[in-house]
Amino acid sequence: MSEQSGGGDQKSEVAGDVEETASDVGPDREPGVGKEETSEVGEDIDEPTAVAGPPSVDARRPTPAPRLPTPEEAELRRLSRRGFLVFGAGSIAAYAGWKWLTHAKRIGDVPWPLRRGFEANEKVAEAYFREARLSPTFPPSALTRARINGGIGLHANYDTSAWRLDIDGHTLTIDDIEAFPKRTMITEFRCIEGWSYIAKWSGARLSEVMAKFPPPPNTRYVAMETPGREYYVGLDMQSAMHPQTLLAYELDDQPLTWQHGSPLRLAIPVKYGIKNIKRIAAIRYTNIKPADYWAERGYDWYSGH
Amino acid sequence: MKLEKKHPLAIRWFHWVNFPVLLIMVWSGLLIYWANPVYRIGLGSHTLLKMTLREPLYEKLHIAYRLAEGMSYHFFFMWFFAINGIAYVLYTILSGEWRYLVPNRRSFVEAVQVTLHDLHLRREAPPRRKFNGAQQIAYTAIILMGFGSLLTGLAIYKPVQFSWLASLFGGYPMARFFHFWITIGYVVFFVIHIAQVIKTGWNNFRAMIVGVEVVNE
Repeated sequence: MSEQSGGGDQKSEVAGDVEETASDVGPDREPGVGKEETSEVGEDIDEPTAVAGPPSVDARRPTPAPRLPTPEEAELRRLSRRGFLVFGAGSIAAYAGWKWLTHAKRIGDVPWPLRRGFEANEKVAEAYFREARLSPTFPPSALTRARINGGIGLHANYDTSAWRLDIDGHTLTIDDIEAFPKRTMITEFRCIEGWSYIAKWSGARLSEVMAKFPPPPNTRYVAMETPGREYYVGLDMQSAMHPQTLLAYELDDQPLTWQHGSPLRLAIPVKYGIKNIKRIAAIRYTNIKPADYWAERGYDWYSGH
Repeated sequence: MKLEKKHPLAIRWFHWVNFPVLLIMVWSGLLIYWANPVYRIGLGSHTLLKMTLREPLYEKLHIAYRLAEGMSYHFFFMWFFAINGIAYVLYTILSGEWRYLVPNRRSFVEAVQVTLHDLHLRREAPPRRKFNGAQQIAYTAIILMGFGSLLTGLAIYKPVQFSWLASLFGGYPMARFFHFWITIGYVVFFVIHIAQVIKTGWNNFRAMIVGVEVVNE
């Protein structure tokens, strides 16, 4: 901190100095400096003789007078010293700050200031978020191949006939889910890696399912997990309640394949792909920020769009 | 020897704050880009240059498998990049410095002349002004690129809340495309900028730190 405040002081000093050297503008410049500058007009200041050196002792054998810096040279030296001191101090402070940041204690596998950064960004995002803002929808002609990615919690030999959804202690079958109004949307699926595809999702709106099993008022989070909790995500309530957040059982008009998370997965276009959890086994309501598989591995917990 | 005031203190601070911040943004952006390095230079199906590296080289340069880390730095330092850039633009407007920086009708002809001179194809030296036409175009373009980075970045970062912005760039994948190529633009700017600073010499470089330049008349 002392370096910073020191730098600040020097900064204001340099600012004043720069004003003084404004030789060709401003009638209200410092009288001392101004006089020197005006006296130089018309003189060739590059000649050493322009500076009055001490008179030579021996006139017959003139020794070169010791070259004194001109006022301009002295001024340049003074400004340079200050400028480079501040520059050097600033560079050292920046480097030290960088070393501190990169070696700071880690929370969720990122330096804690950056984790706090994620959380601050989350607050901004939640304040700006509106349920009425929808992820763009596309015509069927825009569909692209749904990429298979992320198989944590999925097993090919899983018996989907035995599957049940546990939502806040209530047990639901796939028929129970399909009994809700079927919602269909063609939206963009965006992976946190940077690629995206356009897919048609059909399923029950999560907000409509939750309305039947309502959480206590002001519940903040929804947690979801795969069978055996191999994969798990946390959602903020407003993203869970978004009209485009579906408990999907169809992708591109076909029942979900096991690689896409049969029999039921989340399609949530207001989040990155990592939150679109496949093969949901349990949904819980909580006021404690739920653990999230990828947030424990360095990613932003919110990961929202 | 005569001293002339060149770069105001505020502009020197904005410049030197931006340098490490932009460096961090480009570096962390590369950590993110590694996860999906899809762009190329080419025409139709003919590819001249794939904008990617071989995986061993990524690993040697410590770029591989650092997507999460890249995002954590990118979404932290974006604020410094944005605030510093906006403060700079506001300063140039309020102080009147924009007059030296914004190109005018002459700048474009002058920029061609300056370029020809730099390539030793034209004898006549650039005009003795704070910024010649080529500099005016370059320094204004870099600010427009900065805003381009902020806007395309916002479109990728929040493509639902700012879906109108993403569609303005032709959709989410196109916003990412522009975001990437603007960054390549910074790298090109940086190389030319450094070459020009070296060529112009110490007196000019010192002015960016000290503020004043020695003018011999």
